[in-house]
Amino acid sequence: MSNDVLILAERMNDRIALVSSELCGIGRKLVDDKGGSLIALLLGGAGTKELAKGLIALGADKVLVAEAEILGGYNQSAYTNVVDAALGEVNPAIFLAGCTSVGRDMAPRIAFRRGGSYANDCTELSLEEGKLSAVRPVYGGNAVSHMRSKTEKFAVATIRMKAFPPADVEEGREGEFSEIAVSIEAGELKMTFVETKQVEAEGVRLEDAEYVVSGGRGLGGPDNFAQLDELAKVLKGAVGASRAAVDAGWVPTHWQVGQTGKIVSPMLYIAVGISGAMQHMVGAGPSKNIVAINTDADAPIFQRARYGIVGDYKKVIPALTEKLKKLLEN
Amino acid sequence: MDIIVCVKQVLDHDIPPRDFKVDEEKMAVVPPANVSPIISNFDEYAIEEAILLKEAHGGTVTVLTVGDEGAKDMLKKCLAMGCDEAVLLQDEAYAGSDSFGVARILAAAAKKIGAFDIILCGRISSDWSQGAAHLGLAEALDLPSVTQLQKLEVSGETIRCERVLEDGEEVVEVSMPCLLTTSNEINTPRLPSVKGILMASRKQIPVWSPGDLGLDPSTVGAGAATLELARLYKPDLGTQCEFIEGETLEEAADKLGDRLREDKII
Repeated sequence: MSNDVLILAERMNDRIALVSSELCGIGRKLVDDKGGSLIALLLGGAGTKELAKGLIALGADKVLVAEAEILGGYNQSAYTNVVDAALGEVNPAIFLAGCTSVGRDMAPRIAFRRGGSYANDCTELSLEEGKLSAVRPVYGGNAVSHMRSKTEKFAVATIRMKAFPPADVEEGREGEFSEIAVSIEAGELKMTFVETKQVEAEGVRLEDAEYVVSGGRGLGGPDNFAQLDELAKVLKGAVGASRAAVDAGWVPTHWQVGQTGKIVSPMLYIAVGISGAMQHMVGAGPSKNIVAINTDADAPIFQRARYGIVGDYKKVIPALTEKLKKLLEN
Repeated sequence: MDIIVCVKQVLDHDIPPRDFKVDEEKMAVVPPANVSPIISNFDEYAIEEAILLKEAHGGTVTVLTVGDEGAKDMLKKCLAMGCDEAVLLQDEAYAGSDSFGVARILAAAAKKIGAFDIILCGRISSDWSQGAAHLGLAEALDLPSVTQLQKLEVSGETIRCERVLEDGEEVVEVSMPCLLTTSNEINTPRLPSVKGILMASRKQIPVWSPGDLGLDPSTVGAGAATLELARLYKPDLGTQCEFIEGETLEEAADKLGDRLREDKII
C-alpha cells in the first residue's frame, strides 16, 4: 500500500495560489510521519508548466502538471477526470485539496468515485494508526469535531484556508517533474466553462488586509458603511461585512466575511454592529485582535473580542477615526 | 420541467451560542428545549428556486429528505411553499449514514422517481457542513454538477449558471439533467401561504425503505460509513473582553485608541 500524499495545487492568475503552499506544508508533514512521497498536482491553461516547477521549492518530491486549453477555466467535469486519472496512476493514500470553490466542488466527487472517506474544511490533520484524522469545526463553529477515516486505503480532505501555515520556500530543492497528457474534447463534456469575472478590490484586498473594519445588521443601512470606509482608510485597511448586511443588499457579496464568505486574519478586526453569529466568526476568528462595537452588551461578539465598547457606533467610529489618525501621524 | 429538491432538517442555527450544548460522552449535540428543528439554511433557497422554475416553465417539484418522523414537519412546510410531492426516506438501515451513505439513499430514490431535469440542493448543511452528500449523489447518478449558484437561467436544454466565488463569479453552462446547489444570493425564500398550508395538511407523505428503493442496506448506515466521529466538544474561545468605558462614547473611543497603541496593535 502506498504511503504517498497527493495535493491539488491551485493557480491564481499568474502565480501559485497561497492555498497550494498551505497544502504543501501539511502534506509534507504527513508524508514525513508516514514515510511516503509528497506529490503536487497543478492543472491549468497556458503557462501552468512553468508555474508548477515552483511547487518543488515548497516541498513536493514530485510535481505532476496538466496544461491544456480546456483546463484554462474551472470545468468540474474536465478537472475531475484529469485528477481522477492522475490518482489512478499514483495511487496515493491521501488526497488533499483546498476548501475553495475548486477543491470543495470536486474533491467529494473524487472521494465517492474512488471509495474513499471525505472530510471537508479541516483545520488540523494528523495520522492516527495510519489513518487520517481531521479536526473540523461543525455547527457553524459552535462545536469542534474530530473525525477519523475508517479506511487506510484512500482518504480525501479539504483544508480551511489560513488554518495551516504556508510551507517554507527552499530554493534549489530538487524533485521530479512530469507532464500529464490531456485528451479531453470539449464536446464530450456535459458542461462548458464560459468565463470568470474577478472583482478587483479598490484598495487593499480584504483577505490580505492587516486591518479590517466590518459592518453588520446594526449599521441599519448601506450609507452608514461610509463611516467604516473612512476608518479603514486611516488604517490602510479594508472594509468587510457580515452575511446579514450582504443579504440586506447593502454591500456587495464579495465583502462578506464568514463561513461562506472570506476568511480573514488581520492584526486587528473591528466588528461594528455585528452580533457575532458563529458562521461569521468562522471568517473573522483567525484575526489576531478583535474589537467589538455594539449596542447590545449581551451580543456574542463580545465573547470573542479583546476590547469592546457598548454603544452607538455613530458616536464611536468618528471619534476613533480621529484618534487613530492622530496616533498614526506621530 | 421536473425537479427534485433534497433537503435536510437541522438544529436551528440561529440559537445563541450560549444555548448550544454538547454531550461529549454521547458525542452529540443536545437540542435546547422548546426549539424546533428547521430546514437547513441553504436548502430553503433550493426549494424557492425550484418553485420559481416550476412557475416559469411548468412541471413538478418533489422534495426528498433522509430523516426521522419529525422531518415530516419540514416536508409539510416545503409543500406549503409550493412543492408538489414530498417523500421521507426513513429506515433503521439508514441510521448513522455518512454523507456518501445519504448520497446512495437519495440516488436510489431519484431513480425510483424516474424522469427529472434538475436536482437542486443547498450548497452546504448548517450542521455538519460536509458539502459532500449532493456531490456524491451527482457522482452516483453520473450527473454534471455546478455548485454555489447565485443565479441560473434556463435556455433550451442547457442552464447558464453563475457561481459565487471568493473573489467574484464564474459562469458555467451545463446540460440537463444536472445537479445544482444554491447559495443565499440566488433568491429570497417565500413564506408559505395560508392556502398552501391547507393544501399541504391534506397531502400524504410516503416513507420509502431500502426495500421500496431496491437498495442494498449494507451500502448505507453506520456500517458503510467511511468516517467515524472520535470527539465532539465546544471550542474553548478563551478571550476575556475588556469593556472600555468613558463619560461619553467619544471618550471611550479615545481610550480604545490609546490601548491599541499601547498593545502595539496599531
